[in-house]
Amino acid sequence: MPTIPSIFDTSKPGRLAGGQTPKEGDLTGLPDALLRESKPVLPEVSELQAVRHFTKLSQQNFSIDGNFYPLGSCTMKYNPRGAHRAASQPGFLNRHPLTPAFASQGLLSCFWELQETLKTVTGMEAVSLVPMAGAQGELAGGLMIRAYHEDCGDFERDEILVPTAAHGTNPATATMCGYKTREIGVAADGDVDIEDLKRVVGPKTAGIMLTNPSTCAVFERRILEIADTVHDAGGLLYYDGANLNAILGKVCPGDMGFDVLHLNLHKTFATPHGGGGPGAGPVAVNSLLQPYLPIPMVGKLDDEYIWLDESYCPLTIGKLAAFMGNAGILIRALAYALMLGREGMVRVAEYATLNANYLAAELSKAGFQLAYPTRRATHEFLITLNKEAKDLGVRALDFAKRLLDFDMHAPTTYFPLLVPECFLIEPTETETKAVLDEFVSAMCKIREEAQENAEYVKQAPHNQVVRRLDEVRAARELDLNWSGNKE
Amino acid sequence: MLQSIGVANIDELFDEIPDSVPVANFRAIESSLTEMEMVYRLAESAKQDELGSCFLGAGSYDHHIPAAVWDLATRGEFLTAYTPYQAEASQGTLQLLYEFQTMMASLAGLDVANASVYDGGSGLGEAILMAVRSNRRARNRKIVIGGAVNPFYLKTANTLVRNQGIELVDVPHENGVFDPKQCPIDDPNVVVVQQPNFFGLLENVDAISNWVNERNALLIAVVNPLTLAVLKPPGEWGESGADICSGDGQPLGVPMASGGPSFGFLCSKMKHVRQMPGRIVGKTVDANGDVGYTLTLQAREQHIRRAKATSNICTNQGLLVTAATIYMSIMGVSGLRNTASRCHENTKYLVAQLEATGRAQRAFHSPYFHECVLRCAGDVAALTKSMITDHGVLAGYPLGEIDESLDDCLLLCATEKRTRDEIDRFVELFNRILNEG
Repeated sequence: MPTIPSIFDTSKPGRLAGGQTPKEGDLTGLPDALLRESKPVLPEVSELQAVRHFTKLSQQNFSIDGNFYPLGSCTMKYNPRGAHRAASQPGFLNRHPLTPAFASQGLLSCFWELQETLKTVTGMEAVSLVPMAGAQGELAGGLMIRAYHEDCGDFERDEILVPTAAHGTNPATATMCGYKTREIGVAADGDVDIEDLKRVVGPKTAGIMLTNPSTCAVFERRILEIADTVHDAGGLLYYDGANLNAILGKVCPGDMGFDVLHLNLHKTFATPHGGGGPGAGPVAVNSLLQPYLPIPMVGKLDDEYIWLDESYCPLTIGKLAAFMGNAGILIRALAYALMLGREGMVRVAEYATLNANYLAAELSKAGFQLAYPTRRATHEFLITLNKEAKDLGVRALDFAKRLLDFDMHAPTTYFPLLVPECFLIEPTETETKAVLDEFVSAMCKIREEAQENAEYVKQAPHNQVVRRLDEVRAARELDLNWSGNKE
Repeated sequence: MLQSIGVANIDELFDEIPDSVPVANFRAIESSLTEMEMVYRLAESAKQDELGSCFLGAGSYDHHIPAAVWDLATRGEFLTAYTPYQAEASQGTLQLLYEFQTMMASLAGLDVANASVYDGGSGLGEAILMAVRSNRRARNRKIVIGGAVNPFYLKTANTLVRNQGIELVDVPHENGVFDPKQCPIDDPNVVVVQQPNFFGLLENVDAISNWVNERNALLIAVVNPLTLAVLKPPGEWGESGADICSGDGQPLGVPMASGGPSFGFLCSKMKHVRQMPGRIVGKTVDANGDVGYTLTLQAREQHIRRAKATSNICTNQGLLVTAATIYMSIMGVSGLRNTASRCHENTKYLVAQLEATGRAQRAFHSPYFHECVLRCAGDVAALTKSMITDHGVLAGYPLGEIDESLDDCLLLCATEKRTRDEIDRFVELFNRILNEG
């Protein structure tokens, strides 16, 4: 497939999409000094040229609709189109965000229903739907933990504990909340090192951020003991909901001792990733933290739905978005939840776990090394390609790039950092056994190729629109926008 | 499959969950619906909220969106793709983002744009954090908010920055606009100004920019990207231009949709790029020397830098950026320019007609772009309520909700979508309701 010229290269001064150009408006009266003189660099193309350009660009993408996407920790499952259809109703799309609540009862009823559903799903007391992604949910959680301690007159707690294997957003969030991050170790079996936790936890501990199943892809078996340890020291427990798909309908974070959590609706509730967003990261809390939830939320007064703002929630951490966060994503998540129903939700965790355990078993039988062979896989699992890297000189990165040539997206690579040359593999519940078997075959084939001709694998991909890209050059010789002159 | 794993049933796969954790109880959740039943039910809810003409702006605008924009953006290859970490399998999204960065930076008159943040509100918060990191010479962490900056953005930004010892200092507007002479702080670290401001008024951006520059502070411009097709871009304000520009991309092909998802954007001078949060795409070459695109400067980001990252942002608003890039490409220079100027003319017509009724009068006299504050002779709250309930019309934003001294004021907007007939009918209703009230 040839490289596609940039849209600016096909642009011609004065060309336009006539049917899209309204009649010019009169600007007389506006001061000249405030008007634009320079012509912006925007495409000047016909509508067809634009349509063709972006159609061709789309064809250079992998996507769930086209490819298997076993990206650990990202839950790339099928995104039902019905949810998209539901959110695209004119009443939803055309609603101005400042329309008063009395004229928005339809939308508010949907948010109310989603809040209630997520309360049940998480086993928590209250939910705010506002955060626009997982990382923003984490931020909300951190700010609530801080507000709680400060309200208790406790200003000494300035540390957030995270396991060394945690998502990068956890420590980055702690910093944004004005906290220091303190890392705790992970034991050889993948569980948090409780002895290390006990050494570190204390009067400086504001809270701990955990994922369960953990980022090592195993269920944290001593979670209740961890919760007691942190609570006894006066700290709170934050649940990073990235891996909620694994336990949906089985157990609730609220029953594992967590005080606050976020969900990633673009993972567990199947809203599309859109090439990097939008997501939605609602937060759920127990009664301790309920007063601090971000606004607005939806409440019910007699039979009417109302917005809960500062006047109802004086202790709120405040607003996280200009309006109601990613409202359209919330509708999609509700649509998905309605279609699953209670029986479907349990099936999600069961089939996701079945698929992951089957794939782990087959890869192990094929000679690949599981990172935690004595542990049960959850909805995902880790393999290490350390042996292949040592024996054949072919690294996890090379396997990842070569997998693309087999029309499969690579699993998450080099995360968590403590497992060398690792793949974090999450097949999700929406894939068939046949697809899982193809993945195992592809991995075996790549290993064979590496044994015969390591260089070939190290130069992968071979069949994509581009060969392996020079990322060092991209960072060193920054070229961040098109300029006709520099070609 | 169970046999391959070596278990008798699926329940065994969950045997590492301790029995002491109770089994989830989902009885409160309904039984499953088919797609048909689900869509029917949600469509009923949506229908309940349908309204007619919209004269409300205040940060979200009712613009026409070419049909092709969302037909293309919702192709499965864009809609269901992941973040383009595997560059070789994501050239479509990456090239599109590079083209977006080019268009956005050029509209702003600045050197670089990132690949989006969540929305205009959180975008302002990120812009402030970025500016504070960038302006190391500053002796304080005071951020001057110059006059009428979007109050929803300010509340959001405050949530994001206040735990880092940063203080937002509101400098009240003078007759609707920011007057640096009234600023009580002479050595601000960062100054924020919005153009057009929340009241739709045009700020004297050249003078403001020079004032900020003379104090070695950084200037953040909050803008509506559509208006930049017509208004002087922040990079060209005064002698040296604004340092950072942020805003909400909703006017560029994104439906109002209750405020989200839309996308926030950040542009800056090149010298601040290493303090930029979020994803940035760079052009490079592949092993054959052919052109390709990849995420770059990732050492700023949370997945590499962890606690020292420029932000915790990970997932952003990729699909909305996709739509905006297609929108800007189809509209082009003339389309954007004419849309912006048509909004201005329509609003000017609306204001003139309302003033002619004798029941409304402009509250401020600086030039305005496509929104305007009108002081009304009558009960504004009752007016907006009656407009919705009896006529399905959104009559503007009652400013009393944010400032008691403006409780007889409406912030109104007429985009290019409002026809003369719609505007005339609105003026007639306005007159009649206030007359009866």
